Amino acid sequence: MVVNEKIAIDHGLKKEEFKKICDLLKRVPNITELGIFSAMWNEHCSYKSSRLHLKKLPTTGKKVIQGPGENAGVIDIEDGDAIVFKIESHNHPSFIEPYQGAATGVGGIMRDVFTMGARPIANLNSIHFGSPQNKKTKNLLRGVVHGIGGYGNCMGVPTIAGQTSFDSSYNGNILVNAMTLGLVKKNKIFYSKAAGLNKPVIYVGSKTGRDGIHGASMASASFDEKIEEKKPTVQVGDPFTEKLLLEACLELMAGDSIIAIQDMGAAGLTSSSIEMASKGNLGIEINLDKVPCRENKMTPYEIMLSESQERMLIVLENGKENLARKIFDKWNLDFAVIGKTTNSKNIELYFQNKQVANIPVNTLVENSPMYDRKWKKAKLPKKNRIKKETFTKLKIKDVLTKILSNPNVCSKEWIWQQYDHTVMGDTIQKPGGDSGVVRVHGTNKAVAATVDSSAVYCWAHPLSGGKQVVCESWRNLISVGATPLAITNCLNFGSPENEDNMGEFVECVQGIGEASKYLNFPVVSGNVSFYNQTKEIGIKPTPSIGGVGLIKDHSKMVTMDFKEINNLILIIGKTEGHMDQSLFSRSILDEKNGPPPEINLFNEKNNGETLLQLIKNDFVVSAHDISLGGMLTAISKMCIKGNKGFEFNNPKLLMSEIEYFFSEDQGRYVVEINPKDLKKVINILDKNSVHYDEIGKIIEKDLVINQKTKVTIDELKSYNTNWLKKYMS
Amino acid sequence: MKSSVITFPGSNCDRDMDVALKKFGFNNKMIWHGDHELPKSDLVVLPGGFSYGDYLRCGSMAAKSKIMNSVINFANSGGLVMGICNGFQILVETGLVPGVLLRNKYLEFICKNVFVKIDNKDNPYFKNLNKKVLELHIAHNEGNYFCTSEQLKEIEDNDQIAISYSNKDGQVEKEFNPNGSLKNIAGIFNKKKNVLGMMPHPERMIDKSLSSEDGSIFFKNLINNIK
Repeated sequence: MVVNEKIAIDHGLKKEEFKKICDLLKRVPNITELGIFSAMWNEHCSYKSSRLHLKKLPTTGKKVIQGPGENAGVIDIEDGDAIVFKIESHNHPSFIEPYQGAATGVGGIMRDVFTMGARPIANLNSIHFGSPQNKKTKNLLRGVVHGIGGYGNCMGVPTIAGQTSFDSSYNGNILVNAMTLGLVKKNKIFYSKAAGLNKPVIYVGSKTGRDGIHGASMASASFDEKIEEKKPTVQVGDPFTEKLLLEACLELMAGDSIIAIQDMGAAGLTSSSIEMASKGNLGIEINLDKVPCRENKMTPYEIMLSESQERMLIVLENGKENLARKIFDKWNLDFAVIGKTTNSKNIELYFQNKQVANIPVNTLVENSPMYDRKWKKAKLPKKNRIKKETFTKLKIKDVLTKILSNPNVCSKEWIWQQYDHTVMGDTIQKPGGDSGVVRVHGTNKAVAATVDSSAVYCWAHPLSGGKQVVCESWRNLISVGATPLAITNCLNFGSPENEDNMGEFVECVQGIGEASKYLNFPVVSGNVSFYNQTKEIGIKPTPSIGGVGLIKDHSKMVTMDFKEINNLILIIGKTEGHMDQSLFSRSILDEKNGPPPEINLFNEKNNGETLLQLIKNDFVVSAHDISLGGMLTAISKMCIKGNKGFEFNNPKLLMSEIEYFFSEDQGRYVVEINPKDLKKVINILDKNSVHYDEIGKIIEKDLVINQKTKVTIDELKSYNTNWLKKYMS
Repeated sequence: MKSSVITFPGSNCDRDMDVALKKFGFNNKMIWHGDHELPKSDLVVLPGGFSYGDYLRCGSMAAKSKIMNSVINFANSGGLVMGICNGFQILVETGLVPGVLLRNKYLEFICKNVFVKIDNKDNPYFKNLNKKVLELHIAHNEGNYFCTSEQLKEIEDNDQIAISYSNKDGQVEKEFNPNGSLKNIAGIFNKKKNVLGMMPHPERMIDKSLSSEDGSIFFKNLINNIK
């Protein structure tokens, strides 16, 4: 087949991009080469629309061992230990085929982590679906949850936290973001940079089939009515093989045979071989006849573009082939020497004794396109003026009932009970809290992790929204007593070719950058998913932030369940009554306009660090951050978890009760303390100029909101737990 | 006391079991499924996980592993063999304990704490245990125990039911059955009561930072009984 412009455009390349390829090669590429260019130059692999902006994120810090650019980020957790972590999207495939799409998303992110030598110790996920009334939502949710569980449970890695939301903007494009944390010794981290000439290039894992060809290209385009035809581009997962691959790789990594290792993820053999060569400034030569294939008569084009799962590419030290082969034989995995490193700085492919591709590596990587896309700045919307009567007409109990059973607030137990969250025997805080927490096996340390997003805030004002998500992640870590260390981000947006969507991206990234810089909470890894859009309709901008923190002594971990009758409750941070974009305004008043709550980074940092100080001094009995649904929602959840009641003292309010209870002002926490510690606590809060309110005490039963309003804990529980169970049954 | 934990391809609770056994005083060895001979052991454990990916049928391929001949001989000569979760599924596939484990009634994986009532204390696993109900953890997709009515009669006549899903007071009712198991069965013995298969994971409940310490009670009692 002679390649021409039309074929290039069918591969998702633009006219100018095809011309650039011809100029770089000084000839027209053959079909295999064109396939390789299209795989390397698509949005998913090249970050061509986002690179310019991602460069502005803070990525370094005292605790950062490896920032973005490797398979995953790495942070120091002392004593020679390090945590490897990353979040990644699998949105497009999960909408086409929810089970396999979600499963291979989980498989892919775990591979990224163990490629670096780390044993995965925790999984998290952030999943977003269309409106519950949309006819596809229920099946997509069920399929995604089964897929995440199917893969993670089989691997024996606990799924310790997550986030699920529903919004009609995801009706045609759901989001599935999977995150993994792995534990590694600092001196045993493996990288993807090849080094040395004539070193054997090894293929291990599953055989290569025709599944997932052009998966990365599919993930770089919008959906239209022909979406069903894209099913063959979805990969098929085999968690059993991945479990074997994990054990085999870690066994080989215990020795010193490996020079470089890279998993075959998006764009399969193509991107893995090219990335290793590019980082090592080397060439690579591959004999495609040696690649273990699952099907007959696979062409070089298919072999290079297949996204079959559970495969790895390794550059070994000379003479270590037999030792390595023995390990992979033991685990019943394919092992083949398929090529070697060269000094040509080209990727050279041979098939049936003929050269079928010869491309300079730098044309695929450094010379890949980079765009400074046009984008529109968003204005801060005007505040809504809500009439006083609107609030006084409402009964607090009715509002609370509706909010607790709202799909975005209600208990997600139906979901996380399907994930094994206790395997490995180190989960000390299960899903449903502010962060999941796992012990560092055999030590007194523990690692906390959370994943968050606030699409509504980001949609209303991307800059504030971007900041808010980072702050929420920080608060969720602090609430369990962890010192926040670093984040990974998964940036889910519509088409970058649309100025509004591109603007949302640019300003969310700016917000994320400002907050993470201020909080010293650097971004060490991440991924961008554009084109979450069906025809002209894009999703709400949804950056997901995965935060990781360290608890040096896990006996000091804090949970959110109310614990002791007569203990006092303080609210740290000021309640100002910001209602716009709150769940109350959106779901009860049906008011969708207005600015999101403001972020004050000084207060955020000061409040958080002061709370950590209180926790370290053992003054905090339970804690929970105030987020979606406001203060009363947070308190209700603490009552439910602890099976205890709570009584408000009669506050003198400058605002209506509704504003007081349901506003979503930021930087706030609910904290339980023993009355005997009150003076000391207040002393620390005052010394740090932290605003606080003492709002009431824990009682045996019932949530007593005011003299007229009382709700039993059983009522709270049933509002909170019934919706999802009923919806899914 | 010597114990052996078998690692099959796809086992994933093997390390957790190793940690638990060592914590309570066993001298434990990890044994590869491809080995022919068991080392001298006072207890053999088939751990949880997804041996062979649960492909074909849970536990069916692992039941045919090389090491299993040796395990079956050990059991038939009266040795203690305990299968947890996937290990229980392997045990039913070997026929060492009667019945089968079907997919959970609501067709979903379940991971949560449950209470189980101890039905029989006249055996090395539960003898001298001074509690009648344990809080343990389940995490499985195929734990729905089933057998024929003839088998059930035989099981009941021989007091082979080991533990049943209950509430915290030991009441065995349908509403406490998480997976649809026949008679709320969570674990059963062979006739001689030296082989125990059960779905709950005691090894996940072995210190106070985890959600219960009833696993510790189980293991401490077990090693004392074997001594």
